[in-house]
Amino acid sequence: MSTPEKLLQMVIAIAIFYAVVAGILLATQFFKSKTGERIQAAAFLLPSLALIGLGLLYPAVLTAWQSLHGGSNIFVQEFVGLDNYKTLFTNSQELEVLRNTLLWVVLTPIVSTGIGLVYAVLVDRAPFEKFYKALLFLPMAISMVGASIIWKFMYDYKAGDQTQIGFLNQLLVWLHLDTYNFLLKDPWNTLFLIVILVWIQAGFAMTLLSASIKAIPEDMLEAARLDGASGFKIFRHITVPSIRPTLIVVLTTITIATLKVFDIVQTATGGNFNTSVLAYEFYRQNFVANNQGLATAIAVVIFLLVVPIVIYNIRQMRKLEAR
Amino acid sequence: MSTPAITTEAAAEVEVAETAAPRKSASSAAKNSLTGWAASLVALVIAVLWTLPTFGLLLSSFRPEDQVKSDGWWNIFTHPSFTLKNYSDVLSGGSGGAGLGTSFVNSVVITLPAVLIPISLATLAAYAFAWMKFKGRDTLFVAVFALQIVPIQVTLVPLLTLYTQPPGFLPALGGRDAPAGGLYGLWMSHTIFALPLAIFLLHNFMREIPGELIESARVDGAGHVQIFTRIMLPLMAPAIAAFGIFQFLWVWNDLLVAKVFSSPQLQPMTVQLQLLVGERGQDWQLLASGAFVSLALPLVVFLALQRYFVRGLLAGSVKG
Repeated sequence: MSTPEKLLQMVIAIAIFYAVVAGILLATQFFKSKTGERIQAAAFLLPSLALIGLGLLYPAVLTAWQSLHGGSNIFVQEFVGLDNYKTLFTNSQELEVLRNTLLWVVLTPIVSTGIGLVYAVLVDRAPFEKFYKALLFLPMAISMVGASIIWKFMYDYKAGDQTQIGFLNQLLVWLHLDTYNFLLKDPWNTLFLIVILVWIQAGFAMTLLSASIKAIPEDMLEAARLDGASGFKIFRHITVPSIRPTLIVVLTTITIATLKVFDIVQTATGGNFNTSVLAYEFYRQNFVANNQGLATAIAVVIFLLVVPIVIYNIRQMRKLEAR
Repeated sequence: MSTPAITTEAAAEVEVAETAAPRKSASSAAKNSLTGWAASLVALVIAVLWTLPTFGLLLSSFRPEDQVKSDGWWNIFTHPSFTLKNYSDVLSGGSGGAGLGTSFVNSVVITLPAVLIPISLATLAAYAFAWMKFKGRDTLFVAVFALQIVPIQVTLVPLLTLYTQPPGFLPALGGRDAPAGGLYGLWMSHTIFALPLAIFLLHNFMREIPGELIESARVDGAGHVQIFTRIMLPLMAPAIAAFGIFQFLWVWNDLLVAKVFSSPQLQPMTVQLQLLVGERGQDWQLLASGAFVSLALPLVVFLALQRYFVRGLLAGSVKG
């Protein structure tokens, strides 16, 4: 398709969509009786509900069912019970994936929230606060693919006797150390991939925490200062307890995002050098290795891991909103 | 942090009271430790760490190919030389180029409907959940709300099958013969993935609008459609904008949905860039300029609409 054709398709799609919506609104606008209201409710709701049912509910059930199937022939799927799950939790390669995922899920939320919190406190009411915050926040707008390219360039490796084009290895050279292949050496390469997500998420943590810090009553801080509390003590005994609910929301939100991270691994290492994680392994098993049974089992495991965190996260958010 | 008061953290509260005597010095120390030079230094280090990687790649995107490949971007300060060739190379198609111009168009064509459609549908549904009365409303709402925890991965495989082998007489939305090169499948997927969260958030915002406003409009003879279009939409504009920005960023920056559902001729920039990393991983002049072509639009949107951001922030990051 040529560019004008694509744009035309887009305009047509949007036009059709809004014509249908306008039609629904016009056709139902005169109903005021009780039955009429029911028809209206159906008209407002059905498009969304149909899409959700067809696109989320039905596939989720099907995936759960499919995860119990497998076998060597991908065209004739046979029932294998929990075999796919057994593979996931016993195969040495898959265990590595699980180990990496655990590293991601533990480190990313803690480190990004920690950096975000320290930064939010440090720049609070400092000169150029807004500018400082924007610097940390900007990576949020960058795609994970873009961020991975940015960091891959930082990590670029050349042997020690050559001119470096990666900044980090140049730093090592300046310090008279040997250059290091950041993305190749297992298991540390996973840590260097985690840095990329931390770089993206710290701004998110910082923004929410900063808003929460600003909501701490001024007289509370003033009283502590008059009592002679040091900056660190104010931080530990007033700031942190006051923003605890926000801290939990930030931590859980980043955890959920981390469990689904696929783009960074795909772009930075392609899942090679033992850097794969669950969300990437799902893609690989499904579209590269053609092992749909295992892929769907991985998807179900991601789902099961996410559920409790999401529920906890939503509860905390409710509490936050209620305050 | 030079106050003598810090010894053990456990006894801190007692100590706060005890060290109240040298009031002035302690209080200024407290202030100093937060705004003093050490704090500024730490903040500065973090700020530099967060800016330097992007800055280095941005500079490299304007350097001639042979220089990008032979020495680091920090040398630009001693041997400055700039070119726009990388950008024209990366945008143009053909053998030498990376064809990112085409995928920029693809990204736009994918993103616009994928933002407008779910937001419009969700606003309608949210209104019904918030202000219409019908049987089973609350149960249905909880069900929709609960479905937002379904990760995209769980739905991808069956959804793809549905698109390529639709039941009955329905047209295929994916595969080789799909209408509009499979665009409808992409739009629909993004719409589906956005709906639960969008409905939930917009519903919450709508419930904040005072019920008397709706009631008095109803007494005056207005129907739901009039209330929706004349009262609700204008009041909801900021909330819709907040979610819209996030949906935009989400779709524009998405890699997984695009990789699974888009045909080769309709790949958005994220997919094209990711392929470029695999195929021409050492052509940093292309990767750098390509990355910045893909960053340009989200950054502009982001900077222009920043004030809506914090509100929509949680929304955007829980998704998917």
